[in-house]
Amino acid sequence: MIRKREVSVREAVQESLDCVAALDGTLNCFVTLDGERALARADEVQRGIDDGTLGGPLAGVPVAVKDNICTEGLRTTCSSKILYNFVPPYSAEAVCNLNAAGGVIIGKTNMDEFAMGSTTETSAFGVTRNPWDPEHVPGGSSGGSCAAVASCEVPYALGSDTGGSIRQPGSFCGVTGLKPTYGTVSRYGLIAYGSSLDQIGPIAKDISDCAAILEMLASYDKKDSTSVKREAYDFTSALVDDVKGMKIGIPSDYLGDGLDPEVEAAVRKAADVLRQKGAIVEEFQLSLVEYAIPAYYVIASAEASSNLARFDGVKYGYRAPEYEGLHSMYKRSRSEGFGEEVKRRIMLGSFVLSSGYYDAYYLKALRTKALIKQSFDRAFENYDVILGPVAPNTAPRLGESLSDPLKMYLGDIYTISVNLAGLPGVSVPCGTDAKGLPIGVQLIGDCFQEKKIIRAAYAYEQARGSWQGPADLEKRCDRIPEHAASGEAAGPESACVSKEVG
Amino acid sequence: MARQYETVIGLEVHVELATKTKIFCGCSTAFGGAPNTHTCPVCTGMPGSLPVLNKQVVEYAMAVGLATGCQINQYCKFDRKNYFYPDNPQNYQISQLYLPICHDGGIEIETASGRKVIGIHEIHMEEDAGKLIHDEWDDCTLVDYNRSGVPLIEIVSEPDMRSAEEVIAYLDKLRLIVQYLGASDCKLQEGSMRADVNLSVREVGAKEFGTRTEMKNLNSFKAIARAIDGERARQIELLEEGKPVIQETRRWDDNKEYSYPMRSKEDAHDYRYFPDPDLVPVVISDEWLQAVRDRQPELRTEKLARYKKEFDIPEYDAEILTGSKRLADVFEETTALCGKPKKVSNWLMGETLRLLKEEGMEPEELTFAPEHLAKLIELTDAGTINQTVAKEVFEKIFYEDVEPERYVEEHGLKMVSDDGVLRTVVEGVIAANPQSVSDYRGGKEKALGFLVGQTMKQMKGRANPGAVNQLLRELLG
Repeated sequence: MIRKREVSVREAVQESLDCVAALDGTLNCFVTLDGERALARADEVQRGIDDGTLGGPLAGVPVAVKDNICTEGLRTTCSSKILYNFVPPYSAEAVCNLNAAGGVIIGKTNMDEFAMGSTTETSAFGVTRNPWDPEHVPGGSSGGSCAAVASCEVPYALGSDTGGSIRQPGSFCGVTGLKPTYGTVSRYGLIAYGSSLDQIGPIAKDISDCAAILEMLASYDKKDSTSVKREAYDFTSALVDDVKGMKIGIPSDYLGDGLDPEVEAAVRKAADVLRQKGAIVEEFQLSLVEYAIPAYYVIASAEASSNLARFDGVKYGYRAPEYEGLHSMYKRSRSEGFGEEVKRRIMLGSFVLSSGYYDAYYLKALRTKALIKQSFDRAFENYDVILGPVAPNTAPRLGESLSDPLKMYLGDIYTISVNLAGLPGVSVPCGTDAKGLPIGVQLIGDCFQEKKIIRAAYAYEQARGSWQGPADLEKRCDRIPEHAASGEAAGPESACVSKEVG
Repeated sequence: MARQYETVIGLEVHVELATKTKIFCGCSTAFGGAPNTHTCPVCTGMPGSLPVLNKQVVEYAMAVGLATGCQINQYCKFDRKNYFYPDNPQNYQISQLYLPICHDGGIEIETASGRKVIGIHEIHMEEDAGKLIHDEWDDCTLVDYNRSGVPLIEIVSEPDMRSAEEVIAYLDKLRLIVQYLGASDCKLQEGSMRADVNLSVREVGAKEFGTRTEMKNLNSFKAIARAIDGERARQIELLEEGKPVIQETRRWDDNKEYSYPMRSKEDAHDYRYFPDPDLVPVVISDEWLQAVRDRQPELRTEKLARYKKEFDIPEYDAEILTGSKRLADVFEETTALCGKPKKVSNWLMGETLRLLKEEGMEPEELTFAPEHLAKLIELTDAGTINQTVAKEVFEKIFYEDVEPERYVEEHGLKMVSDDGVLRTVVEGVIAANPQSVSDYRGGKEKALGFLVGQTMKQMKGRANPGAVNQLLRELLG
């Protein structure tokens, strides 16, 4: 519409901001809103479009960015008190690519603190609510980005995925979220959680948008040693409604035990749709599925314990107001600055790297990771795409998961192995449960085979019909009083982490 | 009978590499910029920044490994060493533990007790930390990250040394190798070469090593020698008293000539090393390794042998000249220009070393152009200037690198051999010094020297000494 001049960039951005103003008091998708600069930027982009210097499909389209992706001059907190005041002097490479394409960032979205969590409840800036039912979580850790897209606050958003953080909230919020092959989108400027697993990816309504956004985000970046120079960065050409002869495998170990029957039925139905379109769909044994979770929590926590060491009150971010000497400053700043879940993982990670335990835990986890990759390699000898659920359940009620972290960790079972093996995966909405909460189907490809999963997703969408968001959104939100979303951590005792809307 | 003890010493030597940029970012490694001016998000540990390895660091490390007979790990990795300290912006140091770039080498040293090979356990690459500056006035500590991320290699020896003399010989040899490779200037005082000494003692003949201590803060070869003797005596005293040596890190105070405990093994850090997931393994192809091997310059031992064969200079001179890469370079370049090795050597061994000593400078700090020394030798040989003037001009070359021919011209320093001019001056000197004249005539040969001196003085050193001598003898004769 922007390209056809039916809507000006300013109008599009203003519409986004209005929507946020109407809904976000309840949903709390944003940690920081940047309305004024977004409007100024809108005019700048409009000029670019008018004089022909900006022409891509995303020029002038408003976008929200997860708050662990650095944005120059715009506060980036990782939803943590310890970075409550951090304004990066540089932008992540993905953000640079987005800016070059004429994207207009309207703000930074809420997340589980440092991306550690599956509900967006561990944020120091309050929980984000699920637009489909505000009594439920949006999933996480990219809960703010997914809820913002589901509620149409923005047409698309950037998320990051370390163990399912794009796909799982995508599934819970009924939007499409794609995690690219490790090394496809530069990690420069993404505040690291588990460096060997983290990837930035797009969150949008459908796969066509995701493919176009990925095309814009992906690039070889010399500043990221793990960035891969790919042969081609064209993904939209895979938007073809044809899966005839495509071989799709469903891991039978993903079905059954622990999987909600409603989710299983929806996923099987999605597989049937593809079968009817001519794909060859069969079940197979992937194996080692149960080892993915322990391996992931050892590796991700180990890396996190080291990655998060830099937040110490010395250089930037939160410093405890009272301390005696260096060590007291470290201890207090970190004890007061980090939340429970982050501390739990730092301790776990420090433990598995300690001398005497390194071989038993960390090395063993690395070997398990290699074996998991091998079992995927074997699967991809037979299949083009692996299809399965994204999560065992639909979005739980607020507060339900945090009381039992172990259960929460087990909820990552279908997404985590994809990160361990570095594969691309996408979550596509495939129905709702009896409560009306969305269900997602996950399509997994071999390394650098994004186009195969994009093609399968596109063919499925053509049969499913166009994207449907939650109806009567404002009515749903009205049931919840404004600011009820703000959690304890954002309370008056820490004025410094209060929401900043500017 | 008193027990006989043997000292067992191993060294960890840190060398700051001479790269233009830091190991994991493009910031300058230049010394002495205003605090935090040679910094960027990477070397200040900003969130989301990522390291990218400087290829030159790998090449220098390989070159040092090859020159010290090491095996090169063609698949090596970087690991994170985790510990909290404000000079370390990420609170981990990127280093190598599991797969260091070089291992199992050794270098031969020569001491009064003969030749001996000192084993090298490994060489690994790592980043340097920033610098803490305590502000007494405001009672606070500030951090300068200019040095953060400057590349280092750590050369870890086997415990093969038995005396301070061997340690110094090893360090000297190592320093020369690294300097010859151009990998570092290796200045102990400025910290571009730092040595930590691991030392234990045991009874002569014992098979097991004693408990060792590690000493830090050793800023000169002399301090190292004193620290070794001091620590050896301290440990022997403990053993003689029946007390145990505690495994600990100690800080040497060279003024008090005593070491103080810094931390014991019990409170040593658990560094929780693990492979850095932000960096990919360094894969060194056979071709790359061969290319570095092919570029290896002539090292000291080979150079010394060649000097003895190629140039007609005393062996002692050859040793001194090759004892500094810079001195050897100046010697060779100047000789190539003027073709007079003996004369070049004389200038370097004489005036150059004298001035260096006077200024407390290292030969590495020499800045003059070899062309200028070559020209000076040419001017002297051609009789354009005499030896006295040559020394004066050389000082100008040494300090200001002046072009000698122009300098001589501009200052009117050309040697005067003109009979008419000299005769007038000599006659004046004879008239003014009757006592000396009569002494000479009375048979005191020495008096002639005085008269020559007086003439030279009047001529401001420019006179041809031979001509003056001859004239005096003629006029007094």
